[in-house]
Amino acid sequence: MIWVDTIVQGVLLGGLYALFAAGLSLVFGIMRLVNLAHGDLIVLAAFVILTMAGALGLHPFVAVLIAAPVMFAVGWLLQTYVLNRVLGDDILPPLLVTFGLSVVIQNGLLEGFSADSQKLSAGPIEAASIKLGPIAVGVMPLLTLVSAIVVIFALNQLFYRTKLGRAFRATSDDAVTAGLMGIRPRNVFAIATGIAMVVATIAALYLGIRANFDPTIGPARLIYAFQAVIIGGLGSLWGTLAGGIVIGVAQGLGAAINPEWQILAGHIAFVLVLLIRPRGLFPRAND
Amino acid sequence: MKNTLTKSVAVLLFVGLALVPVLGTRAMVQDLFMVLTLLILALNWNMLAGFAGLVSVGQQAFVGIGAYAMFAAVILWGLDPLVGIAIGGVAAIVLAVPIAFFTFRLNGAYFAIGTWVAAEIVRLSLAQWKALGGGTGTSLPKGTTKDMFGVDLIKDALDMSSSAASDALTYWLALLLAAVTLVSGYVFLRSRMGLGLQAIRDNAEAARSVGVDPIRLKAAVYLLTAFGTGLCGALLFIQITRVTPDAAFDVVDWTAFVIFITVIGGIGTLPGPVVGVIVFYALQRTLADYGTIYLIVLGLIGIAIMLFARKGLWGIFTAKTGIELLLLRHRAPKRS
Repeated sequence: MIWVDTIVQGVLLGGLYALFAAGLSLVFGIMRLVNLAHGDLIVLAAFVILTMAGALGLHPFVAVLIAAPVMFAVGWLLQTYVLNRVLGDDILPPLLVTFGLSVVIQNGLLEGFSADSQKLSAGPIEAASIKLGPIAVGVMPLLTLVSAIVVIFALNQLFYRTKLGRAFRATSDDAVTAGLMGIRPRNVFAIATGIAMVVATIAALYLGIRANFDPTIGPARLIYAFQAVIIGGLGSLWGTLAGGIVIGVAQGLGAAINPEWQILAGHIAFVLVLLIRPRGLFPRAND
Repeated sequence: MKNTLTKSVAVLLFVGLALVPVLGTRAMVQDLFMVLTLLILALNWNMLAGFAGLVSVGQQAFVGIGAYAMFAAVILWGLDPLVGIAIGGVAAIVLAVPIAFFTFRLNGAYFAIGTWVAAEIVRLSLAQWKALGGGTGTSLPKGTTKDMFGVDLIKDALDMSSSAASDALTYWLALLLAAVTLVSGYVFLRSRMGLGLQAIRDNAEAARSVGVDPIRLKAAVYLLTAFGTGLCGALLFIQITRVTPDAAFDVVDWTAFVIFITVIGGIGTLPGPVVGVIVFYALQRTLADYGTIYLIVLGLIGIAIMLFARKGLWGIFTAKTGIELLLLRHRAPKRS
């Protein structure tokens, strides 16, 4: 029974990792941009929520409604004025620019908020749990997984059912031809990064309620997010969810054997999946 | 003529730097030691990312394994630290084989993430090595560095304390390793293999059509730079004398700084890392009192360079003055 419990908790944790990864997956799928600052941008979003909640006395779930448009603007500006300039065949400039950005955001937050651990306080819901048959499941983790599923469902709807989504897919397949059809790839990219930052804000909400955070934890979240994206297969959003769950379950099982092995087990699962399927579980794109 | 001038300046510089432990203060020796080790790491990373197109964010794996292998050699097997350095280099190259096997399957940018995850796996695994202190790490036994081979000799010859003599020894080793890395990088890039490497960078398809095998060449560069990075890691931690998994596998110290040094100086140019490390050191000295501001400035300069001058400061200098050092182009043979 304890194993079932461990796996269920791992799946729920996977929901959080999928939320970390969904924005990354979207951006990579559309513009082949690997954003090494994604983890730090999630932490930045968490601090924005924290500030809003503190300054206006709001519940984090309400504060996120104000933080999301702010982060959309951050993403839009970032893409328009920085990242669009370095997109191209050479993968080095975008990698190095986002790497620089990661260092700048991390140290900027350290400067502004100090290295103290922070937490978003959501009230009694944090400790609430419900019984699912023989095992008890926390309401917050369950809500996290449900949110991940909703976010990925919504992104898929956007991608395959709307005009904007058609522009996303067209630009992803062939930016030049899409341009000839009246789409401005740079605008499309800016909107996509903005949406990715909204998803990052939702991820930040659950990250901040689940555990303490400080300005330096971004890179570790980035690794989990990337593992989820790569395991899932490039360009597949449902694959990203599956990837997040694989990492979450592996970490849960590792921790059940020896608490020191939690993170290691996730990394090893990542390596094993890639050794067997180098392109991930459900690859959509061909690169 | 110009070439001989460059060579004599380089030799003079080398001799000048070699004399620092004799003429300068101990603080200078220790500062320059850190600069030289960063230069070695930057030269290796530049070879990987700038010439072989392998953007690794996991070079701390080789610094760390080099350091741990050296500690194991000293503490567990009772060997001289200098032998430990060699073992550190070998351990890094051995570790590089499985890491390359795994990461070379990943495309482009995902290679970067793969190397990072690999470094994390090595860090977390070594934190389980209880004989070397597990997660909390361990120190070199007291007096190890003073008993190092050669320390007594230097102590008597230069009439200095044994700790100053051990500083001098590690400093000279760092200087030697930096010089060897730079010169062998130059020779390698001018060689047949190096030409192939640059051909792949410029046009992979065309290079393959004339018989250049990209995977083999890149794997060779990956293993060789792992060796150099491992040697440097072992050397660094002789000076630091204490190893913990977090310090030995620190992504900021051993990879982020190195990336910024290379990018600011000029990625894909041989003098780039040398220029970068000088700028880095100057920035560190002026901004040291401001803590995190210094990292923010470093990040912003790195971003600005990538946006506006991709060949870095050295590239700007070359474009403005027309002066080129360590030229990698071959001159066409004269017609008779």
